[in-house]
Amino acid sequence: MGQVATLLAQRIALSLLLLFLVSILIFVGTIILPGDVAQSILGQSATPEALANLRAELGLNDPPLTRYFAWLGGILQGDLGTALTSGQDIATSIGTRLGNTLFLAFWAAVVAVPLAIFLGLLAVRYRDRWPDKLISAVTLASISIPEFLIGYLLMYFISVRLGWFPSVAMTNDSMGFWDKLNAIALPVMVLTLVVLAHMMRMTRAAILNVMQSAYIETAELKGLSGLDVIRKHAFPNAIAPIVNVVMLNLAYLVVGVVVIEVVFVYPGMGQYLVDHVSKRDVPVVQACGLIFAAVYIGLNMVADIVSILSNPRLRHPK
Amino acid sequence: MKNIPVSALIGLFFTGLYFLAAVFAPLLAPYGMAEIVGDVWEPASDQFLLGTDNIGRDLLSRMIYGGRTTIFIATAATIISFVTGSVLGLLAAVSGGWVDQVLSRFVDLIMSIPTLIFALVVLSVMPVTVPVLILVMGLLDSTRVYRLARAVAVDIEVMDYVEAARLRGEKMGWIIFREILPNALSPLVAELGLRFIFAVLFVSTLSFLGLGVQPPEADWGGIVKENKEGIVYGIPAALIPAVAIATLAISVNLVADWVLNRTTSLKGGRG
Repeated sequence: MGQVATLLAQRIALSLLLLFLVSILIFVGTIILPGDVAQSILGQSATPEALANLRAELGLNDPPLTRYFAWLGGILQGDLGTALTSGQDIATSIGTRLGNTLFLAFWAAVVAVPLAIFLGLLAVRYRDRWPDKLISAVTLASISIPEFLIGYLLMYFISVRLGWFPSVAMTNDSMGFWDKLNAIALPVMVLTLVVLAHMMRMTRAAILNVMQSAYIETAELKGLSGLDVIRKHAFPNAIAPIVNVVMLNLAYLVVGVVVIEVVFVYPGMGQYLVDHVSKRDVPVVQACGLIFAAVYIGLNMVADIVSILSNPRLRHPK
Repeated sequence: MKNIPVSALIGLFFTGLYFLAAVFAPLLAPYGMAEIVGDVWEPASDQFLLGTDNIGRDLLSRMIYGGRTTIFIATAATIISFVTGSVLGLLAAVSGGWVDQVLSRFVDLIMSIPTLIFALVVLSVMPVTVPVLILVMGLLDSTRVYRLARAVAVDIEVMDYVEAARLRGEKMGWIIFREILPNALSPLVAELGLRFIFAVLFVSTLSFLGLGVQPPEADWGGIVKENKEGIVYGIPAALIPAVAIATLAISVNLVADWVLNRTTSLKGGRG
């Protein structure tokens, strides 16, 4: 087990290092670039005095290194700074919104993951016949339309035409659990469609890859039925790549949420980020960017950890 | 070129059609791009083939001009991402050593932040203009091209003919452009299609979020943003760009698939 522990420790350390570098990148990305924060907040017509005042207030006159460490130190203590536009504490605003976003992403994952794996298995079982071809065609179509358009298509046909679910996903704390679920039904559907295609395709590819091994041929030759071969021999060996696919898609889901929240006016992190990008509220953008990157890096790390744990060759290296 | 499958032909036809419409937009569009010609959200009629938009502009004209902007930005961004990504990728593969390490680790770092999030962070401090958009999209996307180009080139780099070229004393430029690039071209061309589609989707998303092409310029994502209020009243104007983007993306995909299949069969792959 010592070997695995080292591998895992290395992987986690790598993620932390990556997160640290990403924080530098996000900070530098908003500093080095030619745009001037004070100028963009006040607009072109600002007087030099007003600009100088704002710069002093934002601490823009300090050297970048000092500002970076002040920022990073604050984040490590849970202080994300205050929003320029509203003067509110960013951590408090993000708290509830992050919960909302995770709620949405969680339900999308609950629907999408089992469905994708089942359909992927189905596509392998009926390879090159109509279920497989239909699934491929739908996949191609759904990766060819941007998320927000899938959102509006569903909103138009399901919500407006059929009147099944509300067209905007406004939620608040006073709503009951089922009301909330009803409100997010459409966004969950859209997110499911968005990640389903990719997940299904890669599940199919992962299982097909395993299906070409010699032991699958043996299983077929000893007379097991098609589904039994997949269930008993192909699937256990495809778990690592499939978990990988699932994690990558969950990471993708977290990003897809940004756009979908704007479409359905859902009070989550994504809408918060997009709002403040257009208002050029840099502290909020930095904080949101870092949180999204952290979730993304974290999920990727979990994917790697699962593949280390589930691979006997990695567990017992020669 | 005789054995082009039907799907690829359909793909080529529609891709060509969209590009022609983009080039000849001023000749094709029945009205001006920002010209207010009718009432708000008029239904489709002989006069306005797709109806009018949220302030009474002809939707067909806006779609044609919008396609021009979208396709132009996507093409320019794809070119930037390809030139940067493949040159750096080939360079990394050929030089090896610390050049490869530095470039690859830096690309890993950039790719550990979701592209959309990174673009939003950068655009929050940059003025949102078309050149800035193209540059940001192109450079962010070049990381994907870099990965592919490097992976392909590392395989080719160990071939005997590259070694022979090295022994003859050829310079790095010759090895990259005369020995490796011609052999790495097919997978790169197939990837070109996918990167182009990604660029179309990406610029549409940014414009939809209000952080891409700025009004009164039209583009497909922007048209959705302008007409989205209509959806709730049952006016499908905002869905028209969906059809355009989907058909363009599917056509390019079909062509890319064909190029990819062709190259795997050339290399004796089982497909």
